[in-house]
This record gives sequence, C-alpha cells and structure tokens, in this order.
Amino acid sequence: MQAEEKRITAKALQAKINAMQGLGKLSGEPAALGLAPFTDAFPGRVFPTGVIHEFISYEPADAASTSGFMTALTGKFIKDGGLCLWVGNGRKVFPAALKHFGLQPDRIVFINATKFKDALWIIEEALKCEALTAVISETRELGFTESRRFQLAVERSGVTGFVHRFCPRTENATACTARWKITPLPSAIDDGLPGVGHSSWNVELLKVKNGRPVSWQVSFSGGSFHERRERQITIPSNHQRNAV
Amino acid sequence: MPRYASIWFPYLLTEYAARKSPQLRETAFVMASPQRGRMVIDAVSAMAAQKDIRPGMVLADCKAIFPELEVIKSEPGQAEKLLNALAEWCIGYTPLAAIDLPDGLILDSSGCAHLWGGEIQYLESIRSRLNAYGYTVKTAIADTIGAAWAAARYGNLETVQPGMQREAIKGLPPAALRLEPEVLAKLKKLGLQRIESFMDMPRTALRRRFGPSLSLRLGQALGHEIEMIVPIKPVEPYQERLCSMEPIATAVGITIALKQLLESLCNRFEAEGLGLRSGIFRAYRVDGDIQQIEIGTSQSSRNETHLFKLFEHKIATLEPALGFEMFVLEAPKTEPVTEEQSAIWTASGQNDKKVAELLDRVAVKTGTHNIMRYLPAEHYWPEHSIKQAVPLWEKPTTAWRTDWPRPIYLLEKPEAVEVTAVLPDYPPMLFRYKGKLYTIAKSDGPERIEQEWWLADGLYRDYYCVEDESGARYWLFRSGPYDAGQPKWFIHGFFA
Repeated sequence: MQAEEKRITAKALQAKINAMQGLGKLSGEPAALGLAPFTDAFPGRVFPTGVIHEFISYEPADAASTSGFMTALTGKFIKDGGLCLWVGNGRKVFPAALKHFGLQPDRIVFINATKFKDALWIIEEALKCEALTAVISETRELGFTESRRFQLAVERSGVTGFVHRFCPRTENATACTARWKITPLPSAIDDGLPGVGHSSWNVELLKVKNGRPVSWQVSFSGGSFHERRERQITIPSNHQRNAV
Repeated sequence: MPRYASIWFPYLLTEYAARKSPQLRETAFVMASPQRGRMVIDAVSAMAAQKDIRPGMVLADCKAIFPELEVIKSEPGQAEKLLNALAEWCIGYTPLAAIDLPDGLILDSSGCAHLWGGEIQYLESIRSRLNAYGYTVKTAIADTIGAAWAAARYGNLETVQPGMQREAIKGLPPAALRLEPEVLAKLKKLGLQRIESFMDMPRTALRRRFGPSLSLRLGQALGHEIEMIVPIKPVEPYQERLCSMEPIATAVGITIALKQLLESLCNRFEAEGLGLRSGIFRAYRVDGDIQQIEIGTSQSSRNETHLFKLFEHKIATLEPALGFEMFVLEAPKTEPVTEEQSAIWTASGQNDKKVAELLDRVAVKTGTHNIMRYLPAEHYWPEHSIKQAVPLWEKPTTAWRTDWPRPIYLLEKPEAVEVTAVLPDYPPMLFRYKGKLYTIAKSDGPERIEQEWWLADGLYRDYYCVEDESGARYWLFRSGPYDAGQPKWFIHGFFA
C-alpha cells in the first residue's frame, strides 16, 4: 500500500518537474491535438511546446521538407489569431505555399536577418515576446551558449522556438529539447495511379530530453499527419509506362 | 511708432520652379492652369515677362506669338504654401511675419531693424539672402502697410521716412493703393492717373463716387485708418534640450539625460494626442563635435520605455571623449495616436502592442525593409501571387488559394536547367541543375500559367511538379511552346 502511494507521488513529482523543464503539461492544461504519431517519443506523451526544437538539413530538398514539417507542426498548435515570426537568412520562403500546411500565411511576419549576430539577437528577443505563438528561425550555426539563452527565454515566455540549421559545420551539443532531421520520401500513391502524391517525410528524432529517439515515416495530407506503415511499393513511373 | 516692411516677389512661382529644376533658369516659361475650358497663364518667368507675356493671358495666344514658350502646369494653392514657408523663414528678421497674397510678405519690423544697423542694411540683408535662394525681390519699409506695399511695387524709395508716406505715394499710380479692378477702371476713365490728383478730394465725395474701398485704402496708406496683419504661427518643433553642468562622459549619464528628455517629450505628446514616428537624439560634445542616433517606429508611439529601448542599443555608438555638454531630442516625424491602431490583430490589444514594439526593436537592428508580411494577390503568375502588406498590419481582403500545389521555397529568379524530355508535351525524365543530375520518378502537370497580357508580355509557362528517385520534389517549367525552336526549361522552386 505504502509502495503504491510512493509510486503515485513520484509520478506526480516527475510530471511537475517535466512541466517546469518545458516538457509536457501539467494536468488541466489542454495539449495540442493532431500530433499523434510524435507524442509517443516524449515524456508524458505530450508534444512539448514552449521549448526549442532544433532541425538539421543538408540538401536544399531536405531544407524544403524541414520547412514544410515545421510549418505543419506550428499549424497544429497555433490558436486563432496567433502570430508567428519567421526569421530567415535570405532563403525565399513562398508564403502562398504555407496554407497547404495549415498555417495562415498572413499571420506570419517574415524578418530577413543577413548578419548572424543580428539574427541571434532577433531570435532571442522574439522568443521573449509572449504575444507570439512560435518563432521559426533559420541559422547555420547554433552554439551551446546561444541555445541555452534561447531555452531560458522560452522557459519564461512559453513561446515555441524552431531553429532550422541548414548545412551546419558540426552537429554540436545544444540545450534544445529535441533535434530532428527531416528528409523527403517518395510519395505513395494508391492503386498505381500516375502523378505525385502527398508530401511524405522520413522524420528522425535524433535527440530528445528524457525521451527516446525514434523515426517515423509520415505523410501530410488533408491537414494532418498520417503514419505510413506499409512498405514503399515501387510503381512504374509515368515515362516507363508511356514508353511501353 | 510701428514700421512695416513689404517684400514683393514679382516672379514667385516661376522662380520656385526654376529652383527645383535649374535647367529652367535660362528659358522663357510660364505656369498655366485650365480656367473656363482654356489654359490661362498664372505666372511668368523673368525671361517670358521680357517678351511681354503677362499673367491672365490665354496660353494659346502666347504660344501663337512665341512658339518656343515652355509651359508648366501650376497647382492651386502653391503660392500660399510657398509664402507660408517664406514667412516662416522671415521669423529670423521679425517675430511678426504675415503673408500677403498673392505674391508678397509683410513684416512688422518695429524695433527690429536697428539690430542689423539700420533699415537700409536690414532690407539689404533680407534681399541678398533671398536673392541667393534665387528669388527676385523688391522691398520697402514705411510707417503703414499700405505705403510699404505701394513703395515696394511702384515706388523707387527703399525706406519711407516716418511720417513721409504722403509724399512717398503722391506720385504713384492708383494701382499702388490695392484697389479693385472696377475702381481702377473708373479712376482711369476720369483721368485720375496719379494718387495726388484725388488724394485731397473730400472723403465723402470719394466714397459716393467710388465706394468705401478707395477712401479706406487711401486712409490705410496714409495712416488714418488702422490696418492689422495676421502673423503666421510657426509650428513649434518637437524638440527638447538638456544642458549639463558638467560634461557627461559615461553611458549611465547619457541614459539619464535621454530618459529625462523622453519624459518631457512624451508628456507633450500626451497633451497633444500625438506619437513619435522618427526621433533623433543629438549629443553636443565639449570640443564642438555633434553626434546623433536615430530611431523610427512602425506605429506612432509615446511610450517612454519603448522609445528608450529603441535608443538603448545605439547609445554605445556615441563617443563622449571628454564629455557631452548638451543633449537635444527631436521628433521630426509625428503622427496622431489613434485607438484603431492598437487593435490591428484580432487577438487582444495588449498582444498587438507587444508585437509592434518587438518589431520596432528589430527594425532598429535590421531596418524596416527587412520586416515583411504577405497578403494574397489575385494573380496566377507565381511571382505576382503575393504582395507585401503595406502598412505592415494590412488585413487580407481575399483568401489564400490552395487549389494548386505551390512550392515552399520559390527561387527569386527561375534558374535554367538542362532537361531531357519526350517530345512534344511530356514532363521531363531527367534534369541537370547546378551540375547535378536528377532522375525523375513521378510527375504532375502541366499547369499552364499565361502571362497577364494587361501587365506584361512574354511566353506562357507550363509548370510540372516532379519528384526524383529520393522523393525530393521540384517545380520545373517550360517557357513557351515547342514549335518555336528549342524551348527553355527552368527550375522555380522546391516542394516540401
């Protein structure tokens, strides 16, 4: 009996600690819906918002997939009238495409920061601003100190930060809660129909605080994530069939 | 005894136009505006005046006589605006300056002229400085406004000695009395060519014959009737200054000075319902050097802490050396603060303000042109399908389209790729971009997007959404049809 009580107390305390670290939510706070496949990897089975997520990509196509994935995630937990900041470094995001991933493009303010130092300053200031829902940023490098500062900023403000690192020199240790790598997957089409299917990604969760690294194969269609369980079926391409 | 100076600009508008575009200086040109269905000349330049072209003539007649005549369209109300600016400039010579439409200024120079060493030097100083700006002026000083006006335009006396206005205007034509054209025509008909021929007639006779204006104007010129001027009120600049007893050389000291200045400026804004849009903080160094830092805001603001934060990052760029002895805070651009402005977003007003203030701070770092928000534009051409929100908080009027796939990264300029495609209309099988070969596994398309002929000419584009073997997706297009030789292929974007 006593052991049971102890176990419950420990569990409650752990949840409290997680909430303080930005992982998980205290009971009573509503969690974002629609992030089903990814929640399992995180402690408390809650997708952590109000923390820093780090994304790494090396190819332009991977970068595009990563941006799409970040947009889709943000679209899941942004509230009506929520605001987003997109701090870029010259790469041209096409706002008209963001609507496909469930984010209203006119709710995003784009900031172009060409200097690395300025970008860091802007990201930190933005993360401190409680009025924002999410800050999506693109930088090449992110040191431990900077990531720590970001983490401290979001712990007070509750803003969710996404840091997209394109072609970083090293995958150094950071204080971010999770590190992701998104790569495109060949889209699956039912019944061997011609054409291009929905966006599909190989989502690798490389690092996660107090959780377990996993990878998923997901596709994004109809405004939600779908885990792909079936193996990729190779279908003859358009040309091959045309050529026959 | 009051003394009035009258300044006459015979070529006010044309000289202003020549000041704006110096190539006009050596040409005969006129300014004209449409009146009753024809172009009538409003102002002539000095060169045109030599050709006997006068204001009030019909432009077509003048063009017939003098075909090389250049014409500029005149704007209504420009003379008044210009005179107001000139009157403000004249505040340096007298505290009371008034405009005298259509082409003059009246200065109340009582007790001012001796500061320049006398009335002749006073007028000389005004004249030479205005001449340096490119204005031809005639000036005169007299006891009354009427006499000064007459002497400046028709007389040859620069200064009419006190009490001598009767002698000064005696020999001048009646037009020097600022009379209506009807009265002037009547006087001419009666052969009264000079003021002296009727100035001693009984007032009652004059009034009966010519109406009240002649005797009034005559009385004003001679000083029997009182005439008032309405001096202009220059806008007090939004400027605060702070002198320090000891030179200030520390950042803390500068911060305190800036906070004090901001407080007094914001109090003034509060009283007038205004807010700051741009601000300049100047620091005057002991050795005469002046340093300044500037800020701008996206919405007008009178929040001291916010404005201080904007300045704060730049304080480090000031170099005090031996110290600053004076600080000046100026707001060259102000705007009324409206309640509407605070409710830009549908979320609570408190949030809007926080975001607006954050963006102001960001603008200090990167400049406002690096902060963008986009709205949908009703165009199919991808480059035109979005537009920047100006101002930043503009609301979208149309919905975003999702019926066609659009890439998440759009290249600013489409880049040429080498392509292998089955003729004539199939999507490509391979393409080479930046030296790398991509084999295409799946494709969708074409989506034909035509140029909007009312905006631009050019070839249409056939867009294909293609996926390579690894699953990466690209947006390619062929520019134009096959039958016009070898069509060019381009890559325009990356899909997520």
